Amino acid sequence: MIKLTIDNIEVEVEEGTTILNAARKIGGKVVPPAMCYYSKLDCSGGKCRVCLVKVAQSSAKDPRPMPKLVASCSTMAQDGMVVQNITSPEVLEARKAIVEFLLLNHPLDCPVCDQAGECDLQDLAYSFGSENTRSREERSVHKQEDIGPYIQLNKNRCILCYRCINTANQLTDQRVHGMLFRGDHAEISTYIEKSVENDFSGNIIDVCPVGALTDKTSRFKSRVWFTKPYDAHRECPKCNGKVVLWMKGNEVLRVTAPKDKNGEVEHFICNECRFEKKEVSDWKIDGPRTIERTSVISLNHYTNIDKLNKEEK
Amino acid sequence: MGKKILTEHISDPNLHKLEVYQQHGGYASLEKALKKMTPDEIVEEVKKSGLRGRGGAGFPTGMKWGFIDKKSDNPHYLVCNADEGEPGTFKDRYLMQCNPHALIEGMILASYALNANKAYIYIRGELYYVLRILEKAIAEAYAKGFLGENILGSGFSLDLYVHPGAGAYICGEETALIESLEGKRGNPRLKPPFPAVSGLYNCPTVVNNVETLATIPWIVNHGSEEYAKIGIGRSTGTKLISASGHINHPGIYEIELGVTVDEFLNSDQYCGGVREGHSLKAVIAGGSSVPVLPADLILKTKAGEDRLMTYESLSDGGFESGTMLGSGGFIVMDETTCIVRNTMNFARFYRHESCGQCSPCREGTSWMEKILARFEYGGAQAEDIELLVDISKNIEGNTICPLGDAAAWPVASAIRHFRDEFEEHIRRNGCYFE
Amino acid sequence: MEQKNTTISFSPDSLELVNKIIKRYPEGKERSALLPILHIAQAEFGGWLSPEVMDYVADLLHLLPIEVYEVATFYSMFNLEPVGECVIEVCQTGPCMLNGAGEIIKHLEKKFNIKVGETTPDGKFTLRAVECLAACGTAPVMKVGTEYHENLTTEKVDELVNHWCKCGKMSHLNPYQE
Repeated sequence: MIKLTIDNIEVEVEEGTTILNAARKIGGKVVPPAMCYYSKLDCSGGKCRVCLVKVAQSSAKDPRPMPKLVASCSTMAQDGMVVQNITSPEVLEARKAIVEFLLLNHPLDCPVCDQAGECDLQDLAYSFGSENTRSREERSVHKQEDIGPYIQLNKNRCILCYRCINTANQLTDQRVHGMLFRGDHAEISTYIEKSVENDFSGNIIDVCPVGALTDKTSRFKSRVWFTKPYDAHRECPKCNGKVVLWMKGNEVLRVTAPKDKNGEVEHFICNECRFEKKEVSDWKIDGPRTIERTSVISLNHYTNIDKLNKEEK
Repeated sequence: MGKKILTEHISDPNLHKLEVYQQHGGYASLEKALKKMTPDEIVEEVKKSGLRGRGGAGFPTGMKWGFIDKKSDNPHYLVCNADEGEPGTFKDRYLMQCNPHALIEGMILASYALNANKAYIYIRGELYYVLRILEKAIAEAYAKGFLGENILGSGFSLDLYVHPGAGAYICGEETALIESLEGKRGNPRLKPPFPAVSGLYNCPTVVNNVETLATIPWIVNHGSEEYAKIGIGRSTGTKLISASGHINHPGIYEIELGVTVDEFLNSDQYCGGVREGHSLKAVIAGGSSVPVLPADLILKTKAGEDRLMTYESLSDGGFESGTMLGSGGFIVMDETTCIVRNTMNFARFYRHESCGQCSPCREGTSWMEKILARFEYGGAQAEDIELLVDISKNIEGNTICPLGDAAAWPVASAIRHFRDEFEEHIRRNGCYFE
Repeated sequence: MEQKNTTISFSPDSLELVNKIIKRYPEGKERSALLPILHIAQAEFGGWLSPEVMDYVADLLHLLPIEVYEVATFYSMFNLEPVGECVIEVCQTGPCMLNGAGEIIKHLEKKFNIKVGETTPDGKFTLRAVECLAACGTAPVMKVGTEYHENLTTEKVDELVNHWCKCGKMSHLNPYQE
């Protein structure tokens, strides 16, 4: 076991643990945000750069600071390491810059986006972003593509985290969508407008941090904050059948995999459970699921902003 | 004239033929190295020579070789980075075209030193004809027994192949190059692990530039001490400088590190001065990614000392008043040059070449280009200068690979040294140069 | 008699070359041959990579089609749409720009009456502005097929174009062909 401190909080972890996972062990505000890293997926992380932290001391043996900010999701913790996340103004400034970059070409369509209310980018922008945009450029627009009856792909919202590609690689040996082109033209696509179909394809919706991949079968049915989540299960031959039902009254609007405190799915579920079982009678309901309503909308931050603005005037 | 190591016989039009190369003393190092020296002794020699990577980063070559993971059970690989693409740099193409056997000989020595039995030359895809020259040269070397099984009866075997890229500057970054060589997109890897531990096919790998490898035979033949005598301080040996832009004699020059910038720029031996009737405005000394310097700061350091063509002297003053030797791409601009347009041109280049993997580089490079276009074509506002400075700062150091820095530095330095020109573009609502 | 092939497959010569190239990489690492093979495929199948051609290459190397699409769309030398017989690529980066690449491009646009990125209506020429070709000392520079043409002037460009116009049908070459 090794010991390190993150924002002055000491934590003990096993060797080979990343800084991010060490921070997750502490929990709370010292956990850096992550838009591309996903602990359940091999090879994820390192790309979005929102989890950058400052290493003020590399290790007990080598007390020098690291010259640049490092991606906490892919940098190993060392014994005696001193990490600064929210206690470092440099980190907060860099994170604000990264949020600005991520939002540059992200459409301002939260009011019509099904992900609103459980969107990591929305929350990130609220926590670390700036109120005004400095960009006067037009946002880039991608040609849209139909990837089948279950999943809605919106390329303009995509932040190119690669999670959906990693998921497909992990759950099927017949991946049909991928990362095409490069630079500011890069996009998620099947290239030949192919339907993304296999028994577990729906999981790419759950891992998507933004509204680029949403559930067609529950599209526009309700804002997430008007629905109530219930733990439920059924006998399923394909997956373990444990899901979360998002209900309004007696109506099952949406089925997702249950997510843990880090916002990651606890396990992957099959398409039949997710898309085909929309009757209450399909499920045994275990009870209401307590989820941390930490999103911007749930916490009523937007109402508060309105109030603040009014007070200023 | 200074010492010539790589270009001594380059005026011989048949140097690319093995026979002719041998007449000039080529491949002599193999007998000595493979039969009388241990791999570690070669690594030691290269360390002592002070040779630094000629691709741009200037990292000591011997030290890089020393990092190779000897404990690994996996095979080792040597990869030559011939993906020359840094604007202003064209020396490797010239070297491979005119003197391909120097590279092959260097790769045999390096492979022996690194205990690698397979090596690849990753050449940028556009250079079809150079690929064919290399293929022929390699075939000649196989026929002579310099490549293949049991080279010269030494017990050491090496297979060497050429591998074409397909148009991606980013593959000059060594981990992107490795990905590309594996048949993937040229996305740089997260480091650590470094290639010396986990590179090609996750095996210990060393990636070296063409010029670096082509220098090894001379070091083995003449010894590290002789090599280290050339140059000044930690900038030992000779360096190929690619000179382009508004000069009388653009071309490749092999210089002893340590000649003054003034001599390099103005003497007839080298660039021959700025073209007739014009005056020097600025120089980019080490390829498009290094900071641009105005005439006064490229010729003299801020302290008033002569600026030398060395790693240290060019970087004297840090980025405030200095630059970098980089890959030795020496781009000269006279007074007719619009710095804003030139900066926009490079910004477009980096936007085009960003792999798109990490957000600061993907989004930032394209944003900078768009803003610079407003300066050039009209529509820029006063706050845009600070915005550009800010974006460049926000990219720098926050990306997976150095392409972000390479895109940020030209913009930051252009504003640092030519702010008035940016302001004038705002006042006149666009470019006022021809 | 010329036979029309409806299924895509390499000529025996190309197939031999492809197999030779695959052997350059360790066993199990055949994927490494993807870029060289895409070059050969592009030259052989009309100068561009259609989805069908990419699927064929995927099959040859036991890759998923999407893995080939991902790679082919990353590299700027692979054409994803049909091109002219003669693809003229003028370098537009830094030193070439300083030395008049802009004029060369304008001259060619006027000569062919097309814009950069377009192909002449007769399908003969495609004009492109590309990034650094690593020949800055002999700027301005263009790459046409497998050849570089350097120290360009508008007169030199005219001569070259006239020469190509007289050539009859031009074919796309792969990196290994003279």
